[in-house]
Amino acid sequence: MEPNGTWVYAITERVDLTPLAQIRGVGGRPVRTVAAAGLTAVAEDVDLAEFGEEALRRNLEDLDWLETTARAHHRVIDAVAQQGPPVPMRLATVYSGDARIAAMLTQREADFRSALRRISGRMEWGVKAYADRQPEASDDSAVTAGASRPGGGAGAAYLQRRRNQLTAQKNARRDTLASAEMIHAELARYAAETRVHTPQAPQLTGIKAPMILNAAYLLDGTRGEDFAAAVAALADQHPGLRLELTGPWPPYSFAGTGEEGGLT
Amino acid sequence: MSSRHEEEPALVPTAVTSPRQSHQPAIHTERIALVDLLDRVLAGGVVVSGEVTLAIADVDMVRVSLRALVTSASALIRAGDDEEGPGR
Repeated sequence: MEPNGTWVYAITERVDLTPLAQIRGVGGRPVRTVAAAGLTAVAEDVDLAEFGEEALRRNLEDLDWLETTARAHHRVIDAVAQQGPPVPMRLATVYSGDARIAAMLTQREADFRSALRRISGRMEWGVKAYADRQPEASDDSAVTAGASRPGGGAGAAYLQRRRNQLTAQKNARRDTLASAEMIHAELARYAAETRVHTPQAPQLTGIKAPMILNAAYLLDGTRGEDFAAAVAALADQHPGLRLELTGPWPPYSFAGTGEEGGLT
Repeated sequence: MSSRHEEEPALVPTAVTSPRQSHQPAIHTERIALVDLLDRVLAGGVVVSGEVTLAIADVDMVRVSLRALVTSASALIRAGDDEEGPGR
């Protein structure tokens, strides 16, 4: 089938396609470039039968398709990022042809240039924190109260114990959120910019412990190691939390100027 | 039934690498958790305004509703689980 659409991965100033020759993109065709206004769009021709609007609506409901496509999209952007951070496009940005892409580059030139300046020499790192330990074990009073047997005087003791438990839970929750803020503030010291994302739902992470921090940090290329060490140190200081570090990522979270990462 | 989960290390770094050296791949792409990837490729990245999408007559650019997507992804993931359903 003839490709009749063009998928755009990222915008950069220039890119050497040689190292990209081996990379498999979303549609299995070679990655190519479209240049205009001194900018380069990294792109791939695709069939609208699979990547057109209607097809996308259907395909995006298919988690396997979504995963394969998301990984392919990222693979190309990550490969481009080896040559310098690009401005990544959101998944499923498809144009009808080069003229439209060139027009977009020309129209948005200033925005892309300012985004490229901000991310130059920088990569994104992610940190997630989970509140691993719940305060359920904190009522040693249950033992010392000695009223473990149900009956007469045990009722009041039970209520007291329950009250203590609830207070402890409330305090723990407050402390946990305060810890998350502290961690973010400490890590932000390493970053040129930060973004706080919505915590991921337990259904998506597969981790029961609630996520209390999901943040992205834009770091100068040389700071990754210090940052990782800082995360490890913070994990030691907060034994009730579990910290996860990911990266370096291409600067997905810092590509735009708007709150949603848009260039509007 | 009290299923106390075993102690896990406090720091579980996923895909931690040292800062990239020249052209060495920084992340083992296939190892990235899908949920982290979707956080970025669906919620991050540039959305070109005007989003030449369907709004523009050419129907040349396609943008998908992030919300619908994540919802469907989460529903699909949950469908594979025998945990409580997505509250339909």
